[in-house]
Amino acid sequence: MAEITFWLLALFTIASAVIVVTSRQLIYSAVALLFSFIGVAGLYIYLWADFIGVVQIMIYIGGITILILFGIMLTNKITSVRISHTSVQRRIAAGGLTVLLGLLITMIIKTPWYLVAASEPTQTVESIGKMLLIDYLLPFEVVSILLLGALIGAATLARRGR
Amino acid sequence: MTISWLIDWVNNSWLGFLGVPGAFILAIIVSGLAIFGLVAVHAIVAVYVERKVSAFMQDRIGPMGQGPGLHAGKWGVLQTVADALKLLVKEDIIPAAADRKLFIMAPFILFLGAFIGFIALPFSETLSLANFNVGLFYILAVSSFGIVGLILAGWASNNKWSLYGAMRSAAQIISYEIPAAISLIAVVMLVGSLNMQDITRAQTGIVLGFLPNWFIFQNPFTFLAFFIYFIAGVAETNRTPFDIPEAESELVAGFHTEYSGMRWAFFFLSEYANMFIVCAIATVVFLGGWQSPFGEFLAGPYWGLLWFMGKIIFLVLVMMWFRWTFPRLRVDQLMSVSWKFLLPISFFNLFGVGIWELLSG
Repeated sequence: MAEITFWLLALFTIASAVIVVTSRQLIYSAVALLFSFIGVAGLYIYLWADFIGVVQIMIYIGGITILILFGIMLTNKITSVRISHTSVQRRIAAGGLTVLLGLLITMIIKTPWYLVAASEPTQTVESIGKMLLIDYLLPFEVVSILLLGALIGAATLARRGR
Repeated sequence: MTISWLIDWVNNSWLGFLGVPGAFILAIIVSGLAIFGLVAVHAIVAVYVERKVSAFMQDRIGPMGQGPGLHAGKWGVLQTVADALKLLVKEDIIPAAADRKLFIMAPFILFLGAFIGFIALPFSETLSLANFNVGLFYILAVSSFGIVGLILAGWASNNKWSLYGAMRSAAQIISYEIPAAISLIAVVMLVGSLNMQDITRAQTGIVLGFLPNWFIFQNPFTFLAFFIYFIAGVAETNRTPFDIPEAESELVAGFHTEYSGMRWAFFFLSEYANMFIVCAIATVVFLGGWQSPFGEFLAGPYWGLLWFMGKIIFLVLVMMWFRWTFPRLRVDQLMSVSWKFLLPISFFNLFGVGIWELLSG
């Protein structure tokens, strides 16, 4: 049962990802990306990381996909030809991808994987909260300052024309 | 009674020959149909009630049956049933210039966003489809899923009114999600859990001698948080006074201008499902969920279901009351309400809850 779930989720994620890459229309890519994100969220929940799974839905679907769709909608004039995208510089990309794939495979083989007990954890949120606010407080704060900087920067850029 | 209970029950009954995967699929189908039934019945009843409420508020009588026979029944109770049947058989029009695939897909994505939120609702002490650790967060996250459907509907229609409606709607929902979430965090901070059942259980008992120990009565800041959440919740469902995404006088019908028949009905269903979800969150987080308002009196799993539904129906009625009382806000007013008023108040509120808890706890 668990195996079937995993393979279905993996197939769903990868099939959507393939559509993202191969689709000729930008908006179809964006929608397929949405389904790919859902598949990844499913994988997280399958691994009992339900908080991370929901964060995935919130950030990637509720935030990033909507931002991408906004971008497409605002740049694509309603009456004009649909924006399409094609692949360029395939050879360089293929080379880069081969190197990346090799790195990933090496990493998967060499990492000593930490196996969790095969039972559902009772608390999934508390330990994340404690980690963020006790053990890793400084990186957490640094990231929030970075985000604040990005926010102010975006507002400044948007106001420039006025 | 959760979905795992249902799977076990199917396994141990005469359907045991299906095995675990079969039972799993069967349980999902059964509970999905049950939720769909709830959504559909709620929409049909709520539409009828909405028409009647609006009629009474405007000194009209609303839909009435005219004489005997099948003509909308006595007092027009069958009016929405007739409307639903009409929608089922209506011609399904897809504009020639529309993006066919996305046009067909959009209403279902929107409906899915409203629909999958239902599985985390605690209908009573023992009845919830999935009782998981991040229930509240999950419902908030999947409701943002619906916005994608809305944007796609506006874009795929290839109509400027639709596109404007979708843009406005997405901007509005994203803006109002922030005060709504922050006012919910105030309560999550007090409970220390995102689990819907834990939040409900934290509201057992009596406060100040006679009031139920619900979060709305527990301290002045959570009292304020309820109103912030509810206002933001009404805005998230795109209802008057926050219905500029489908403002009839400016945008024809907003993002669903080009839709007809069953696809249009799905937009309608998701609006009412979203109303139910928003009211259910307000009920669970601030109004004690399935808790009885009289302490131990009339409490228990079956009464719990009744109280839960009763509170939701009350809040849905309040939403209808809003709709027929307040005029529609302008676009700029709408944004300033969220960013200049609700957001600072909700931040202040979050701070206040923390200080109150520190001093009193």
